[in-house]
Amino acid sequence: MIEEKFASGQSFIHQLDPKIRIIASIILSFAAALCDHLTIAGFYFIISSILITMAKLKWRAVVNRLKPLFWFLLMIWVILPLTFDGETIYQYSWLRITGPGVMLCCKITIKSITILLIFTALIATMTVASLGNGLHRLYVPDKMVFLLLMSYRYIAVIEEEYKRLLRAAKFRGFTPRTNLHSYKTFAYLAGMLFVRASLRAQRVYQAMLCRGFNQKFHTLDVYPSNRLNSIFLMGILAASLSLVIFEIMWA
Amino acid sequence: MHISEGVLSGPVLASGAVIAMAGTAIGLKKIDYDRIVHVAILASAFFVASLIHVNIGPASVHLILNGIVGLLLGFAAIPAILTALLLQSIFFQYGGLTALGVNVIVMAVPAVLVHYIFLPLLGKSSTLTFAAGFLAGLFSILFSSLLLGLALWFTDENFFETSLVIISAHIPVMIIEGIVTGFCVTFLLKVYPEIIPVRKK
Repeated sequence: MIEEKFASGQSFIHQLDPKIRIIASIILSFAAALCDHLTIAGFYFIISSILITMAKLKWRAVVNRLKPLFWFLLMIWVILPLTFDGETIYQYSWLRITGPGVMLCCKITIKSITILLIFTALIATMTVASLGNGLHRLYVPDKMVFLLLMSYRYIAVIEEEYKRLLRAAKFRGFTPRTNLHSYKTFAYLAGMLFVRASLRAQRVYQAMLCRGFNQKFHTLDVYPSNRLNSIFLMGILAASLSLVIFEIMWA
Repeated sequence: MHISEGVLSGPVLASGAVIAMAGTAIGLKKIDYDRIVHVAILASAFFVASLIHVNIGPASVHLILNGIVGLLLGFAAIPAILTALLLQSIFFQYGGLTALGVNVIVMAVPAVLVHYIFLPLLGKSSTLTFAAGFLAGLFSILFSSLLLGLALWFTDENFFETSLVIISAHIPVMIIEGIVTGFCVTFLLKVYPEIIPVRKK
């Protein structure tokens, strides 16, 4: 269930330094999030699609990944056009659909898809280990990087624990229903998960001390400096900057 | 509970990011290296707990349990929740980068509040423990949905109805989280009381 589908690949994007990819995705995502015109948002969408193509990701897998977002967008499209103030473009007895509401829905749809595509193309294409490495070299506090890497490492273990507990409950004839007993069972299950996590943490920490853990996490990944890195970053910077300036001039 | 990307305005995103960074800094400061593994693995447990689905009638909701994380970790819940949310974006694409700050605030501020309000009540008697756990679970979701509604409302006053819909849609979740948190806290105090940082009298 938990896997890094996009992290392995041989594309140009995959070979970029994680540090560069993190900076580029932050710049581009915020520029896209802050733009206010539908046309400009469209340009950001095109850039993000180019990035996905450059990363050689399968579009079907990418669209699959965006499924949770589509549910949210569906909700937005149902609520906003009916509740937003503004000029009415369609009326059927008490139901009225407003122009600004529909406009806002379009903007939110394009912007949210764009930002998630940027994230998928630039961040989801690296392993969490490389992400930790990149964050570390961007001067994110050691403890934060440590938390990220450690928690990533143990998610699979804790998930396995959860599956085992659930299997045990099912063997004893547990079927989830809408009643107090089911909630109680899940509460105990979650509680047991926290207990096991805590006990495991103690053992892991002791094991780390035994191996000479001195509060430093060393990284073995080496990303040779490469002219492509700075060219890519400059390209992203130039694209976002010109779109921002264009929007200011236009408005 | 997530605010999607592309919805919130610049000032809301920026203040979310700044408050989240400040909170994370405080949280990290409170974690010393003896405890960091504990916080990290509890963050993974929090991540996995959000995969647990419980039924309500024909539908199902997933547990959030930020109340429990808050009770167990206090201020350290902020970096723990940040970690879990970031990993969720990487694995499942629940959200991207720009709304991460706001989403951390939405989930973690109630967790910290619940820690300071309800932790002193735990372990006094079994009824009180369950009641405090129930309220901790209920309030953490209530505060979270209120913060989420507030973030939308600050973005545009026209989001008022949307906020109301979101908050009322979370009422069943509040009750379920309350029940689950109540039982969970009772269970933890019985099975492994050391995990709950009850202050010594």
